[in-house]
Amino acid sequence: MENKQLSVKELEARAKETRRLIIEMLAKAGSGHPGGSLSAADLVVALYFNILRFNAKDPQWSERDRFHMSKGHCCPLWYAVLAQTGYFPREELMTLRQLGSNLQGHPARMTPGIESASGSLGQGLSVGLGMALAAKIDKKNYRVYVLLGDGETQEGNIWEAAMACSHFSCDNLCAILDFNGCQIDGRCEDIMGLEPLVAKWQAFGWHVIEIDGHDMNQILSAYEQAKTIKSKPTIIIARTVKGKGVSFMEGVISFHGKAPTKEEAEKALKELS
Amino acid sequence: MAEQLYQRDIYGQTLLKLGALDKNIVVLDADLSSSTRTNLFAKQFPDRFFNFGVAEQNMMATAAGLASCGKTVFLSTFAVFAAGRAWDQIRVSIGYNNFNVKIVATHAGITVGPDGASHQALEDIALMRVLPNMNIIVPCDGPQAADAVIAAAKNPGPFYIRLGRSKVPTIENKDDFKFGKAQVISEGSDVTIIACGIMVFEALLAVKSLAQKGIKVRLVNMHTIWPLDKEAILKAAKETKFFVVCEEHNVFGGLASSIDEVVAEHCPKKVIRLGIRNRFGQSGEPADLLKEYNLTSLDIEKAVLSNIS
Repeated sequence: MENKQLSVKELEARAKETRRLIIEMLAKAGSGHPGGSLSAADLVVALYFNILRFNAKDPQWSERDRFHMSKGHCCPLWYAVLAQTGYFPREELMTLRQLGSNLQGHPARMTPGIESASGSLGQGLSVGLGMALAAKIDKKNYRVYVLLGDGETQEGNIWEAAMACSHFSCDNLCAILDFNGCQIDGRCEDIMGLEPLVAKWQAFGWHVIEIDGHDMNQILSAYEQAKTIKSKPTIIIARTVKGKGVSFMEGVISFHGKAPTKEEAEKALKELS
Repeated sequence: MAEQLYQRDIYGQTLLKLGALDKNIVVLDADLSSSTRTNLFAKQFPDRFFNFGVAEQNMMATAAGLASCGKTVFLSTFAVFAAGRAWDQIRVSIGYNNFNVKIVATHAGITVGPDGASHQALEDIALMRVLPNMNIIVPCDGPQAADAVIAAAKNPGPFYIRLGRSKVPTIENKDDFKFGKAQVISEGSDVTIIACGIMVFEALLAVKSLAQKGIKVRLVNMHTIWPLDKEAILKAAKETKFFVVCEEHNVFGGLASSIDEVVAEHCPKKVIRLGIRNRFGQSGEPADLLKEYNLTSLDIEKAVLSNIS
């Protein structure tokens, strides 16, 4: 089913609300990954509210577009969006990481709307490739979107998949790279340099779109452009800020995998109000 | 002389039959399709076959994506690469997701021969056995390879099927294959030999020789390593005096360990383990390697004779 299109202003409001939910969930859980959840929030909100075709009341609808979050540690973002789009009640968000919860510390199939587990980095682009190949076999029109982390692209499996997606001409697949430039141990360029990323993906046979990953207009037009590219996969390399939206988290590496304290959460929520 | 077949030939032919019946079956390989015989399927159903080149990790995780869209995926490569190289992809993307991905690994065990240690999977059963949701079958001969593949197609969830490289003699006059149920090849009350894969034939030779010496051996083909037929083990523990377990695999973590775990917990009895004793393999002809690693019918017979009171 086609979902209601939101205006850029409405999307920005949704993104802010999503960031608030992320902070609340993580503060309640006491552990988790705020940095990358916040950096990718605009990308995922735009995708779910304006681009993806799905039916939250029928998660297995066979024509649905597929989304897979390969950087699984950022699932608080995924959960916040799934709750807002009606896959499960919002109250459930506060059970994140608790024993018996449907919202595991890393994505799992028990959560309505989640197609495949992730958490061990580097596998998700391949999972997306499998979905894209299934669409080709079945002659279906659904599209596949995979969110990648930048540090994640240090995994060899990513490049095996990158090679295969273009070999199999998967123009029904769009990868989104949340290029916030930080990983657990420091800045990506210091830990294991990634650049030149555009040239690398182009060399692997991909159509590359570079955008500011916090500019809703640029995000939407990148998704629209990706739909028009034939015979090769597209990657949107989105330059983002880790911890975006919360001043004291922005670009701060320690917030990769550290939940905000109660006081930090209050301060963050004030900024996001 | 018993009929000798390549298990992988039978696998390739069975896939062809299944592929014609079920359009949902997709087959993947990683540059070894002529060795694993998935090339038969590739030729017949090119739209449902994908070759990933030398990239097993990508193949495994892609299989998960296909399965998430309702496909039944059979995929093949050599056992060392299937179980070892791509283990984490199997764990997270296939096992944890409980997807319909059927890993059919060929060229397992020491009888890979001249290619040597890097290519001889002696730990693949152990690696698969510790993954929840993973079903494991080690067929004993050519016809049973077909049974295993059909069982994997019929039953939901991930499977690991272990096949060899060389021709294997067919075990005649055995009961029908039942997934998850041990196959009793011969009845006996003195000792129980439990074997899987090519070791079933070696054990059968030992059983025949021991019969001439008046020793009655129960021979159990434990083709399904998981789910394990605990009942068959408990029954044998009650009715026979000790166990000899034979496998073309490290004695750590495979069939012998599976038997040990049941016996130690429920019915303590002596278990003699014949397998690779935590060594790497080496180059050689299969028959010479079986001798070098004490995996022949004579070794099995010796183990029985030296432990019988």
